[in-house]
Amino acid sequence: MTSAVLKPGLTPSRVLIYAVLILACLMYLVPLVVMLLTSFKTPEDINSGNLLTLPHVFSTLGWVKAWATVRGYFWNSVAITVPAVLISTAVGALNGYVLSMWRFRGSQLFFGLLLFGCFLPFQAVLLPASFTLGKMGLANTTAGLVVVHVVYGLAFTTLFFRNFYVSVPEALVKAARLDGAGFFTIFGRVLLPMSVPTIMVCVIWQFTQIWNDFLFGVVFASGDAQPITVALNNLVNTTTGVKEYNVDMAAAMIAGLPTLLVYVLAGKYFLRGLTAGAVKG
Amino acid sequence: MNAITRLATAVSLASLFPLAASAADDKGTIEVTHWWTSPGENAAMEVLRNQVKADGYTWKDNAVAGGGGSTAMTVLKSRVVAGNPPGAAQIKGPDIQEWAKAGYLIPDNGLDDVAKENNWDTLLYPTAAKIVQYGNHYVAVPFNIHRVNWLWINPEAFKKAGIAKPPTSLEELYDAAAKLQQAGITPIALGGQPWQDSTLFESVVLAVMGPEGYHKSFVDLDQATLTGQKMADAFAALKKLAGYMDPNRSGKDWNLTTADVINGKAGMQPMGDWAKSEWTAAKKVAGKDYLCVPFPGTAGSYTYNVDSLAMFNVKNKGTLAAQRDVAKIALGTQFQTVFNQNKGSIPVRNDIDMSQFDSCAQASAKDFAEASKDGGAQPSMAHNMATNLPVQGAVFDVVTNFINDKNADPAKAAQQLGAAIKAAQ
Amino acid sequence: MNSVVALPRATPVLDRLQRWLPKLVLAPSMVVILVGFYAYIGWTLVLSFTSSSFVPNYTFVGLAQYWRLWDNDRWWVASKNLVIFGGLFIGISLVVGVLLAVLLDQRIRREGFIRTVYLYPMALSMIVTGTAWKWLLNPGMGLDKLLRDWGWTGFTFDWLINQDRVIYCVVIAAVWQASGFIMAMFLAGLRGVDGSIIRAAQVDGASLPTIYLKIVLPSLRPVFFSAFMILAHIAIKSFDLVMAMTAGGPGYASDLPAVFMYSFTFSRGQMGMGSASAMLMLGAILAILVPYLYSELRGKRHD
Repeated sequence: MTSAVLKPGLTPSRVLIYAVLILACLMYLVPLVVMLLTSFKTPEDINSGNLLTLPHVFSTLGWVKAWATVRGYFWNSVAITVPAVLISTAVGALNGYVLSMWRFRGSQLFFGLLLFGCFLPFQAVLLPASFTLGKMGLANTTAGLVVVHVVYGLAFTTLFFRNFYVSVPEALVKAARLDGAGFFTIFGRVLLPMSVPTIMVCVIWQFTQIWNDFLFGVVFASGDAQPITVALNNLVNTTTGVKEYNVDMAAAMIAGLPTLLVYVLAGKYFLRGLTAGAVKG
Repeated sequence: MNAITRLATAVSLASLFPLAASAADDKGTIEVTHWWTSPGENAAMEVLRNQVKADGYTWKDNAVAGGGGSTAMTVLKSRVVAGNPPGAAQIKGPDIQEWAKAGYLIPDNGLDDVAKENNWDTLLYPTAAKIVQYGNHYVAVPFNIHRVNWLWINPEAFKKAGIAKPPTSLEELYDAAAKLQQAGITPIALGGQPWQDSTLFESVVLAVMGPEGYHKSFVDLDQATLTGQKMADAFAALKKLAGYMDPNRSGKDWNLTTADVINGKAGMQPMGDWAKSEWTAAKKVAGKDYLCVPFPGTAGSYTYNVDSLAMFNVKNKGTLAAQRDVAKIALGTQFQTVFNQNKGSIPVRNDIDMSQFDSCAQASAKDFAEASKDGGAQPSMAHNMATNLPVQGAVFDVVTNFINDKNADPAKAAQQLGAAIKAAQ
Repeated sequence: MNSVVALPRATPVLDRLQRWLPKLVLAPSMVVILVGFYAYIGWTLVLSFTSSSFVPNYTFVGLAQYWRLWDNDRWWVASKNLVIFGGLFIGISLVVGVLLAVLLDQRIRREGFIRTVYLYPMALSMIVTGTAWKWLLNPGMGLDKLLRDWGWTGFTFDWLINQDRVIYCVVIAAVWQASGFIMAMFLAGLRGVDGSIIRAAQVDGASLPTIYLKIVLPSLRPVFFSAFMILAHIAIKSFDLVMAMTAGGPGYASDLPAVFMYSFTFSRGQMGMGSASAMLMLGAILAILVPYLYSELRGKRHD
């Protein structure tokens, strides 16, 4: 639609638009810049300068130290996030398919119940969830953490796919059915191929949520199975000892790097996926 | 066992670094939930871990930092509810009694013979021994005794402000603070976190009311004392002291404010003896580069804070053996010395040679022994020693709200304190 | 079975299987949702009527925990904060998101780069966001010092330590984190709007702002719905942000119900009262959301 709206060229209003956009860019970037600068400073540097002063000595000590501390936990996070993202996306896709194309009595009610689940404060389910995990023999295991993330990710993954499939013309499905295609055939042959953008949105969303999760990680994993956010917290929140902001910031950057990469590299697909219908009610 | 293995074992035992902990891990595994994560604490715990490993047990470390242990408590509770408690967890003060009462801690005969063999009854300070017992049975192991009512002073800053000697009463404290302020130095360094606010508050209460009044307020929770004029005076003193603090202190960690005192930006810090680890890390010497004095007006009294590891009731025989081993080592002479030198506290055993400690620790040990005789030793409210958690939380809420509210009225705060404690009981 | 068409050629057995298959596929999720969400809420409800202290117990005390909550100053501060925070955060994020999306939709050079810049905060965990903003807004250390170093000597920004203002600092950080994502959603929505409608309106002489306000944005109603859902979800989950940024302080001025609930249930050993606060919080969410969800979803399916 944009092509018709404003003709490119440097009219005053376009200058204003660029000014606003660039100003907004700066505001979004400042915290990242501050964190990066700080992570490369020495502790003395941090105390003497202000947020945006360049490091006197460009020191990677913070990064080295941070990586040494969180390295092991980084791979834990990978081991938790990858299966949890894949499973919750797959189940969400199937749920969305049923809720849009195969609706039955009560399926709308189920969808409503699911939507409400998006607003559940997770702190409220910690104890019963750990009780259940204990009974299932999954307490303090990576597998248990995967289960928890799948369960509490379902609401959003289902929502994404359901909203996309609702926008798919039903005639497609009907035609396939008249050709004798079954439930899974239709899903695999007709819907899945066109769902790639939504899958991207869903994977990116879930990856971010699960990778960044702290609460479940700290409660349901212990010791060597802890994800990186817990290690980050242990590093940043130590009650005693000297505060090394450069190490803190470097560790925060390391913890955030995978999700940042995903956003930067896959951001294009993300927008495409949103356009493809994941944002439509 | 061939000769080489034997030699290797002997060497590793001697050096406290077992070559292969896994070689004997069938003896039992103990998982320990704690929040001793700072470098000093970690170094201290490493000694314990290595000795336990050398004895052939497997130590699974479950360190959870943050919020003065509140995150660790969440983890602990969820594990207990899941029916999967750790072997041991860092639990303090009256909480030990609550966990024991609910039946989660090690049964009566679990630690008692270890205690007997190692003479805990005579070696431990009675105050500490009482905390870790439930119905005369040991259910936890005390690690140390922290003194909370210390004041840490930078003598350089005092000299600059023209203050002759460390303050010994609240009046002298106000004087010193005013002089520091005139000299352009932040008089009192204290981070703005509820537990820090209350750490100062309990020292002020101790100074205003003395140990008996303190005991009536925070141990007996006597309403008349809590809402009385003296309590209002304590609040007023707290407000006055808050006026001498850095206005930007909100949310600041205690050790960052210690750093301000170390580099002379601030004059003094009311804080427990764990603050010493910061001075030590900055290569400062007690008595020369910094002074430790009892909080003004509280000389002769001693608010203590005992760290301990509670042992849980576990079915696994190997874990039980490991728990007993941890208990034995934790109260051993070597661990007590190393741990407390790192932590800033004093040993919980009365027979440790204090000559290896610095002058502050020596003074602390001497004061504790004396204060224990005449009721001057009181449990620290701000550090979970005096009351259960709901009451402590209620006090924190009132104190921290009072200190942050510029228009708060001391008399009203005392009333609120009484009401909040009543509601939490 | 409104969307199922008759299948004349299928055998009866296969037909029946086909009919049950969707339900079978949905069944595991249904069980999981019923247990993992609703049974757990039920359990919390039960606890809120008990005297549970540091671990659950089942001594019933009626509504006592709710009365205690009613008398607790801190709970009222937390509730008020949720209203302020939730309202401002959702409102400002929507406005900023829509504005940036509309501006970015004007054939901007390097749009991909700018979009990524707006979007990246969403990739960070709230712990990281909170830590960074705590630094930035810290009086005497962050922006305050920066601007004074740059010669603006009279500048002070001490909201982070001001009891009446601190909640707005949390709003700032939260908006920073989420508004770019909202921008992306609206940008995607704008890309789906039929350009000929706009051209037609332009021919009729309508100005650009009018076209957006009167024609384009109303057609994005479903996007508003999704954006609202996501923002409300984040607002309720802002626990991590508050913990990392202010830990509820100064005093308990930036407490939110989730923080209150967490600290009473887990650190304070007042599980009954914590459960009661969780129930009140859920009740409030329910009261706001259910009418909205209902009005949005009713007759939504276009068939």
